[in-house]
Amino acid sequence: MAPLSHPTLVLVTALSIDNLRKTYRNGFEALKGINLTVEAGDFYALLGPNGAGKSTVISVIASLITKSAGRVSIYGHDLDSERETAKRLIGLVPQEFNFNMWEPVEEILINQAGYYGIPRTLAYQRAETYLKQLDLWDKRQSQARWLSGGMKRRLMIARALVHQPQLLILDEPTAGVDIEIRRSMWTFLREINRQGTTIILTTHYLEEAESLCRNIAIIDHGQIIEQTSMAKLLSQLNTEIFVLNLDQPLEVVPDVPGYTVSLQDGRTLEVEVLREQSMNDLFSQLSQQGISVVSMRNKQNRLEQLFIDLVDRSSGSVSS
Amino acid sequence: MNFWRVYRIAFQTIVTKEILRFMRIWVQTILPPAITTTLYFVIFGKLIGERIGEMEGYSYIDFIVPGLILMAVIQNSYANVVSSFFSTKLQHYIEELLIAPVPNWVILSGYVVGGVTRGTLVGVVVTIISLFFTDLQINSYSITLLVFVLTSILFALAGFINAVYAQSFDDISIVPTFVLTPLTYLGGVFYSISLLPSFWQDVSLINPVLYMVNAFRFGILGVSDIDLVVALGIILIFIVLLTLFSLSLLSRGVGIKN
Ligand SMILES: Nc1ncnc2c1ncn2[C@@H]1O[C@H](COP(=O)(O)OP(=O)(O)OP(=O)(O)O)[C@@H](O)[C@H]1O
Ligand SMILES: [Mg+2]
Repeated sequence: MAPLSHPTLVLVTALSIDNLRKTYRNGFEALKGINLTVEAGDFYALLGPNGAGKSTVISVIASLITKSAGRVSIYGHDLDSERETAKRLIGLVPQEFNFNMWEPVEEILINQAGYYGIPRTLAYQRAETYLKQLDLWDKRQSQARWLSGGMKRRLMIARALVHQPQLLILDEPTAGVDIEIRRSMWTFLREINRQGTTIILTTHYLEEAESLCRNIAIIDHGQIIEQTSMAKLLSQLNTEIFVLNLDQPLEVVPDVPGYTVSLQDGRTLEVEVLREQSMNDLFSQLSQQGISVVSMRNKQNRLEQLFIDLVDRSSGSVSS
Repeated sequence: MNFWRVYRIAFQTIVTKEILRFMRIWVQTILPPAITTTLYFVIFGKLIGERIGEMEGYSYIDFIVPGLILMAVIQNSYANVVSSFFSTKLQHYIEELLIAPVPNWVILSGYVVGGVTRGTLVGVVVTIISLFFTDLQINSYSITLLVFVLTSILFALAGFINAVYAQSFDDISIVPTFVLTPLTYLGGVFYSISLLPSFWQDVSLINPVLYMVNAFRFGILGVSDIDLVVALGIILIFIVLLTLFSLSLLSRGVGIKN
């Protein structure tokens, strides 16, 4: 199949945030001047530890809270001066469930479509399309409260799509979703993105961000501490730690020149490898010493390693 | 995209959702006022009313019927909006409306029309019940209908404001219990204020419900303690004030947005 072209891809900015600040009513400054640009067609990760301000940014974009200062525009439409046009372009999957638990699944979609001015017959067609795609069609008559947690998440995705937004924002859409469904959600989101929908995603599963997203921003304490492409970010990683499982137990830590090696237990060796070092060399040295490796894995997800470094560094500078 | 078409569909969606909500729970919304007013008719109208004799030239039951109908309308228009909008807030599905391109006045009118629809439905049910106890002759259909609808709108708006400020379920029952019920009971539903000493007559005139009950009674019976034009003027002023206040609450996001 020929890849779809992205007619909107040429220099169109899907989301532009300029010096965004938010101070909550209790005086807490949750956002301290955020700048963010997401190009149309992108699959963008917004990462950060708990309480960093991700949901606050998203709530401002989606008009759920009022900002204290700054500008936000969606596909060039300013959120203050062209709010209705901007709203029409956004689909939101919030972090917390926010539908009427007593309403049947299909009615939730129909009503949401109605709020966007979609006539009823078209709304029913859209509801059918998205409920089927998200595997909820059998549940269309059930009240929302009878859905499982994973189904409720998918319901929110279906609801966010009924008006076919150009920018889909998902706030931890896969929290509490089992592996199989998470994978099928990834496939679904990739397909939507391939068809031209810009996606912004927050998640605490970093392998999810690594596998889905092309660009990334990391936010901590209400500030963006990194904004780059996934590829560039990962290439910053200078060392990687590998965990090797050995055939025979060892008594002492082997000496492997050029590598930092430590023994976890008799059969588990951890080796720190610099980016420019070759693995062939490591393995030949080990086999010369009669050590045979049964299997090998990364100690942690590569992005996780970077993420922790970055956040640690920023906390240091913020608290100073 | 035609904005007016969008607004119309959004408005219809809110109204339909509101009607479905109170119809689904009709045992809690339509049945109780029917039972309560039947009891009023039996006890005050028949049993006690026959001993009271006439009021303003009408049998007691005929005199209280307009007030009882209007009381049901007031309570139900109010109750519908206050409980529906409060749960919308409490369960956060107000966010479905906040993210959508729906202007505040569409949201407000959707909820108000929902409340007016329940008020009307209950009003019609109570009127039908009253026909078993008295034969209602309507003096002026247009005035009756006008007062009925305006009163319903006014209390639907009041219910909306209550819901915006409410933080808990207690907050949505405090106003009906401590404000609405006393105002209606003292608003000339059961008596003509001409029976009161002149001081208390003057005090009664502060009560807005008095104007509505009397205007409605004028529509049905053709008698009133109050000048009709004054009554309608006061109702309209209240509607305008409450509408402006509700819209300003919505645009400031009071109780809704952080
Ligand atoms: N309504 C509120 N009033 C006061 N402070 C708030 C409010 N909502 C959020 N905060 C604070 O703002 C900060 C950012 O919260 P936010 O929900 O944006 O974090 P987050 O990055 O989404 O975190 P998580 O990963 O846990 O979802 C937190 O310190 C939080 O306590
Ligand atoms: Mg969050």
